Amino acid sequence: MKIRTKTDLEKIKERGIEILYPKGIKISVGMATCGISTGAQKVYETIQNEVEKSRLPIIINQTGCIGFCQREPVVDILEPGKPRVFYQEVTPEKAMRLVHEWIENRVIKDWLFFKMEDEEWIVDNKFWNYSIKQLPKGLDGAYIYRQIPFYNKQLKIALRNCGFINPDHIEEYIARGGYFPLYKALHEMKPEDIIEEVKRSGLRGRGGAGFPTGQKWESCRRAKGDIKYVLCNADEGDPGAYMDRSVLEGDPHSVIEGMIIGAYAIGAHEGFIYVRDEYPLAIKKLQTAIHQAEEFGLLGEDILGSGFSFKINLFRGGGAFVCGESTALMASIEGKVGEPRAKHIHTTESGLWDRPSNLNNVETWNNIPVIISRGSEWYSKIGTDKSKGTKVFSIVGKVNNTGLIEVPMGITLREIVYEIGGGIPEGKKFKAVQTGGPSGGCIPESLLDLPVDFDRLTEVGSMMGSGGMIVMDESTCMVDVAKYFMNFLKDESCGKCTSCREGTKRMHEILTEITEGRGKLEYLDLLEELGWVTAEASLCALGGTAPNPVLSTLRYFRDEYKEHIINRRCPAKVCRALLKYRILPEACTMCGRCAKVCPADAISGKRKTKKEEGIPFKIEEEKCIKCGMCFESCKFNAIEVQ
Amino acid sequence: MTQSEIDTIIEEHGRKESAILAILQRIQSKENYLPKEDLEYISQKLKIPLTSIFRIATFYNALSLKPRGRHKIDVCLGTACHVRGGGKILEKLERELKISVGETTKDKKFSLESVRCLGCCSLGPVAVIDGQVYGRLTQDKIPSLLKEFK
Repeated sequence: MKIRTKTDLEKIKERGIEILYPKGIKISVGMATCGISTGAQKVYETIQNEVEKSRLPIIINQTGCIGFCQREPVVDILEPGKPRVFYQEVTPEKAMRLVHEWIENRVIKDWLFFKMEDEEWIVDNKFWNYSIKQLPKGLDGAYIYRQIPFYNKQLKIALRNCGFINPDHIEEYIARGGYFPLYKALHEMKPEDIIEEVKRSGLRGRGGAGFPTGQKWESCRRAKGDIKYVLCNADEGDPGAYMDRSVLEGDPHSVIEGMIIGAYAIGAHEGFIYVRDEYPLAIKKLQTAIHQAEEFGLLGEDILGSGFSFKINLFRGGGAFVCGESTALMASIEGKVGEPRAKHIHTTESGLWDRPSNLNNVETWNNIPVIISRGSEWYSKIGTDKSKGTKVFSIVGKVNNTGLIEVPMGITLREIVYEIGGGIPEGKKFKAVQTGGPSGGCIPESLLDLPVDFDRLTEVGSMMGSGGMIVMDESTCMVDVAKYFMNFLKDESCGKCTSCREGTKRMHEILTEITEGRGKLEYLDLLEELGWVTAEASLCALGGTAPNPVLSTLRYFRDEYKEHIINRRCPAKVCRALLKYRILPEACTMCGRCAKVCPADAISGKRKTKKEEGIPFKIEEEKCIKCGMCFESCKFNAIEVQ
Repeated sequence: MTQSEIDTIIEEHGRKESAILAILQRIQSKENYLPKEDLEYISQKLKIPLTSIFRIATFYNALSLKPRGRHKIDVCLGTACHVRGGGKILEKLERELKISVGETTKDKKFSLESVRCLGCCSLGPVAVIDGQVYGRLTQDKIPSLLKEFK
């Protein structure tokens, strides 16, 4: 059925609420890529089979990711009159038990994640109350969602629906306020009003550079041309960042709705979503969502009876990092090699097929419906002076709680790492946090109280990027990290500009020399000089920011470089050529495990048995390939790395 | 792939320059690589010079001119996986399969590749085998994991 009036939309909303909050028991399994990779598919099938076999009165459902990826697979149970209960790290066996316990009105306390008493509909500015009348046995004392340190500082605008709706059901998206902002935009606002509202909200592009979104839209609207395009950059290439994947897998309609509003404001009738090849599930969810939006009259001719038409094409990338750059992305859609070009003329004037084109990333588009619904005044109160709203970060690496978080701009790095992230595992010492992907930099402990926003991160030599935050501890080598990024960038540089192609390659060579014990002190100045030239002489942002990982580590961790060069030592014990493995004879229990796992036959000794005395094991240095297998396998801490 | 199969794919995606990547991806997913004769045929049909098609085929990581194995292993070397030991997982696989990254085993069973971030950073180190994601890997787990495919 095609939605034409507000009454139609209200009717679908009612239907969506019935599906979202059914009369019986509903069990949902988080089935984004992170859930599936920890076994959510099997959990889902187990519950499904059990429900069919035992004829249980249960609806089984799939959702996206609730953000705390580390605790996947996550399963939640919803029943009228009871709190919503979330279980963590569910296995098929656990799933069987907790389903049956629930039917007996009991929960298994040890496996609980948290409970919810209501949920927030951010678009509607409403709370949906579960009207609790009874508590299952064992639930008293369970954490409430908002009390968990991981969640209590978060404000979910972009991730508003992830984990709460089935991404394949457009009705559920509408139930939580979706497509009402579109109705408002098309029927109650002029294109200029929308642009003004987005400008006033202070929204800046979430893809990396932080360009003001409203200003971009305005220049594209003003550009001459009958045919204009809006594009969505879903080529989320920064390693360590996966918020766009999560949004596309868990809430694809939020992006589609944002794009339709943007197209109307700009005057475009065709759009493209460029999704990276590595995200097959996101592509599938988008296909379904686009198809549904077309069926409901939200894409195509005469959208919502407004006379406005717009269609969206899905484009799958080919696995090239540089295609996340706007001009390279457009070249790729045109069927050319994805190489950037000089931007003397902005893409808002001459982009895809030389037509005015407006490109925003997934998270930017996804914010639009909320801004239209709640208004710029509300939105601009969140965040800092020049960076408004919230930002989604993926907090990963050497940190206790890993996952996706959404926080107001201006929160400090310390709050993110220690309060939300729960600090560093195994009692190790914090060393740095890397933000901004290969274009960003490493921020040391002394800057942990830095408020996180676009400008402050740039000031300290890093950048916001798409929001990856990789926490590093004392066992991470900063020279190795710089080498890692140079290796990445030399492979991903498209090769068009000599400065980028050769600069990244030479920096990588120098860093390899240093990590292999052949470094010289003058290399440090050379690295800085090379970095400067690469940044200045390259066309696009890839080359322009490529030296950041080297320059920022040189700025904050120069001593670590010097230690590699002067003393031929890697303090973090990462750079293999500088390491020595040794078995401590007094700690060796002669179990022989290390010799068994050694791929190079470099460990000799004799196993101790009940009948025979053993000989402590020893590593022959010239045979050792320093793979670390013995170190990992030893249960008695008898192997020392120097 | 037969010429009529290629014709069907071309018709589905449209006989236009912008469809080239999608067409090549379809052939890649069916054949596991891009056979030279297929590229020549597409070049004629779409009237795109063969050199341009080769340029695209060698530019994108998802495309390969060499046949890949029946099982494709992608080891993630994104930043989060790197700091958690993704490199060691890759080396272990190289030793187990007796090939280097980018190569295919002689029996054409496995191809080993590295990728830059699969977006499962919370579960690193991560590898993907035939589209299935395996998280929280250790070197120890590799031999038994490979046995699942033997």
